[in-house]
Amino acid sequence: MSIVDRSATELRKLLATGELTSIELTRACLERIERHDATIGAFLRVDAARALDQAAAIDRRRQAGEPLGPLAGLPVAVKDVLCDRDTITSCASRMLAEFRSPYDSTVVGKLKQADAVLIGRTNMDEFAMGGSTENSAFQPTRNPWDPTRTPGGSSGGSAAAVAARMAPLAIGTDTGGSIRQPAGLCGIVGMKPTYGRVSRFGLVAFASSLDQVGPFATTTEDAALLLEAISGHDPRDSTSINQPTPRYTESINKPLAGLKLGVVPEHFGAGLDPEVASSVRAAIEVYKSLGAEVKEVPLPHGKYGVAAYYVIAPSEASSNLARYDGVHFGFRADQSAALAELAAERQELIAAGKTAAADNVDAPLVRMYRSTREAGFGAEVKRRIMLGAYALSAGYYDAYYLKALKVRRLIRRDFDEAFQQVDLIVGPVTAGPAFKLGEMVDDPLAMYLVDLYTVSANLAGIPALSLPCGVTKAGLPIGLQLQAPPLAEERLLRGARMYEAATDWHTQRPSLGGAR
Amino acid sequence: MSEQPYTTVIGLEVHVQLSTESKLFCRCNTKFGAEPNTQTCPVCIGMPGSLPVMNRRAYELSLKTAVALNCTIPEFTKWDRKQYYYPDLPKGYQISQFDLPMSADGYLEISDPKDKFAPKRVGIIRAHLEEDAGKSVHDEAAGKADSEIDLNRTGTPLLEIVSQPDMRSAAEAKAFLQELKLLLTYIDVSDCNMQEGSLRVDANVNLHIEKDGKVIATPIVEIKNMNSFRAVERALEYEAPRQYREWQETGRQLGEAPKQTRGWDDVAGVTRGQRSKEESSDYRYFPDPDLAPVITSAAEVDVVRESLGELPADLRRRLSEGYSLSLYDADVIVNQGREFADYYLAVAGASGNPKSACNWVTGPLQRELKEREQTIDSFGLPAQRLAELIRAVDDGRLPSTRAPEAFQLMVDKGSDVAAALAELKIERVDETALVTLVQELLAANPKTVSDIQNGKFQAAASLIGQAKKKNPNVDPNRVRELAIELATSLQ
Repeated sequence: MSIVDRSATELRKLLATGELTSIELTRACLERIERHDATIGAFLRVDAARALDQAAAIDRRRQAGEPLGPLAGLPVAVKDVLCDRDTITSCASRMLAEFRSPYDSTVVGKLKQADAVLIGRTNMDEFAMGGSTENSAFQPTRNPWDPTRTPGGSSGGSAAAVAARMAPLAIGTDTGGSIRQPAGLCGIVGMKPTYGRVSRFGLVAFASSLDQVGPFATTTEDAALLLEAISGHDPRDSTSINQPTPRYTESINKPLAGLKLGVVPEHFGAGLDPEVASSVRAAIEVYKSLGAEVKEVPLPHGKYGVAAYYVIAPSEASSNLARYDGVHFGFRADQSAALAELAAERQELIAAGKTAAADNVDAPLVRMYRSTREAGFGAEVKRRIMLGAYALSAGYYDAYYLKALKVRRLIRRDFDEAFQQVDLIVGPVTAGPAFKLGEMVDDPLAMYLVDLYTVSANLAGIPALSLPCGVTKAGLPIGLQLQAPPLAEERLLRGARMYEAATDWHTQRPSLGGAR
Repeated sequence: MSEQPYTTVIGLEVHVQLSTESKLFCRCNTKFGAEPNTQTCPVCIGMPGSLPVMNRRAYELSLKTAVALNCTIPEFTKWDRKQYYYPDLPKGYQISQFDLPMSADGYLEISDPKDKFAPKRVGIIRAHLEEDAGKSVHDEAAGKADSEIDLNRTGTPLLEIVSQPDMRSAAEAKAFLQELKLLLTYIDVSDCNMQEGSLRVDANVNLHIEKDGKVIATPIVEIKNMNSFRAVERALEYEAPRQYREWQETGRQLGEAPKQTRGWDDVAGVTRGQRSKEESSDYRYFPDPDLAPVITSAAEVDVVRESLGELPADLRRRLSEGYSLSLYDADVIVNQGREFADYYLAVAGASGNPKSACNWVTGPLQRELKEREQTIDSFGLPAQRLAELIRAVDDGRLPSTRAPEAFQLMVDKGSDVAAALAELKIERVDETALVTLVQELLAANPKTVSDIQNGKFQAAASLIGQAKKKNPNVDPNRVRELAIELATSLQ
């Protein structure tokens, strides 16, 4: 078994006992990236020298007997949306292609504090908008299980990196499923914590009321390890919850006695791939065999989740992305070109005798905004900005934004009621396995529907997790989603671990060009 | 065309910068006058990933103000984003409050001591907290068309106070602003410095014209760019007849023309039309998801109310009722500011003579402050000393005619009353000695004696100068009284 095939928890033990050094491990990951990432495209930037320096420093400190953080020496890949003062934070957008923040996001700060080796920055859909990582301004990412397919998104780079064993751990963000969906499609564990559990400070906002940072790993134990390191109250984030972080790693192997599991009938409706359906049903049987009581719970408003989500998230995005106007930071379109273009337009109108129209061409400032945003944003980002600006406009606000907020409250209420009866809700994470790259790029609506099973957790602010529960006949992984009440991450992880311990889906890995 | 009677209807929007050390959503300094862009951080310049955290102090100050303005304080208030593009607004939105402001439905009482208008209550529609934008500096020097942006001010806490259109004249508007400023400085929430932009005023004004038994409202005009209370008064005095002329020319009524914005040109003394907003702007307000709503309990509001201290209106009442001052005098003292009023109260209390204390502080003391361009807190004569001086006059140690000299000396040299009396050689003149002195003078001036005896009492005045020559400390009134009394008794 190659070193990169080991879980972070195992690696941590090997590092602690000195059987392995962080340099060796980091080198192994870098070699893996070197070998496969030209095909996969998980990383936007890998700074091998910096990673090796960090690893060497940690090894030295370990040898000197200094106390080390909980992730000491473990390579962690970070989605390129969390500010790190030591590198660019591009959000996979031309707009921020050169952007360097003068501060660390709280999560990156915590990773540094935990002595993680920050091995590289992973690809994503631009500003985390998308479900296939095809919206990256720089490169697509391919699914390690089948490079003709998507790893999912928006955290596709992080999911692919972990699935391809280029890093044992990765950080993603989940606004409508952007951790769980790629985790499901890449056959790994991905978790979205309770809204407010992990600080959003330094996370470049897509939809502030929905965004949440979370871990990717190959096992639930590893996910617990990473979550524990990044959680906690942050006074710099007003939406951060002021509750102590439980020691997830200490309790994860304790099975939940008398577990009551909820199954949502609506989750098994039309559109669910039969192979996915049978894998999920099989997983439920596993739980039964472990003593869980399974109960049907309705989530009647879940069917409006995608609609509400695609009003709320773009509304917030249209506002959050207003700052990218070329004035203060980030990309600015070539002004001499824009001004020349403006002058030419005026000339043309004047020549045609349309003086009133000539007076109405953009002011130079407006043209600067326009040209900057036109060139700086990709199509999907622009689409969402337009959707959001429309939904918040006078005359439409009540019908769209306010209505969506009402739906959001009802969805939360559905969950509250369901969790009166059950401890966890189990179901599919996606309707089908990984789709082909390019398959949906021209059908945004179909792409939005990919989020069907995941958006409700974001709207309700509850924690949810995806873990491997099968492989299709075509050899593509299938994910199982577990959802828990607010702040019940511990229960969620223990419940997931019960299943994981009883099955071996999590041990399956992509062959990456070898025989499938 | 005949002239129709009209009423000017004025509402004011006042932006007050709250005296916090740091900005509304970050810890940057708010001090005025620093080098451009030196008081900024990732949060106030809206860098990607930065998040706002509410400055509790700013909320407390706005709460204090709202309570002092008799506003209702709802239990729940939230933050909204007001969205528009401008280079000095780095996030592309301003964090403000839209539909659920932190206070509403208050009032401020105004009156004029000279009775230019009847006392009235001006309604406060709402007061809400928001962050300030930055400052655009347009460099129009030859060959340069650059605009520069200073973000020092970005994120400074502002309280926007919106009045009802309850004012009916420029004088009322000015009185409202003066009373508001006084209130804000009494409760110490803002320095209200208009030059530094800590108090900014926009006025909404239109006319109600009576014609054929009907009232016609003219389109509302918003006036901006008024940099002093005097400018507000002048702009409104200019604007009302201008609107009347415009109505005579166009006949346009409210609703028939979009709201116009006009800027006040203080040098030319006119308002000028600014580019009218094409349509009413759509700011696409929505609740800011980065900030938690603020919950304020009734108990908290009570604590604030109790901690407010005495407000100007209450103090005026106390001075006129408890200190027997005229409303005019009470107004003069209170309007000088809290420190001045406190000084007066200290003098009145220590001297036991509130009326005399009032005469001193509103007369010689105020003149002295004006001449020295000083404020009361840096003035060289402590309240206790002025009180001593009043007591010295009241118990006869200091003749009232010589009191101004003593006052001047005490102010100039920082001396106390005893030292001033000594230096001026002011001594109490013994009554027997005074009687002897007057008797001598009467003996030397038989004409005066007969004049007095013939009822020409004013003749006694001629003795005062002579008496003062003999002894500068004599009380002229007493000399006069004695002269009359003794001359009459000689008959």
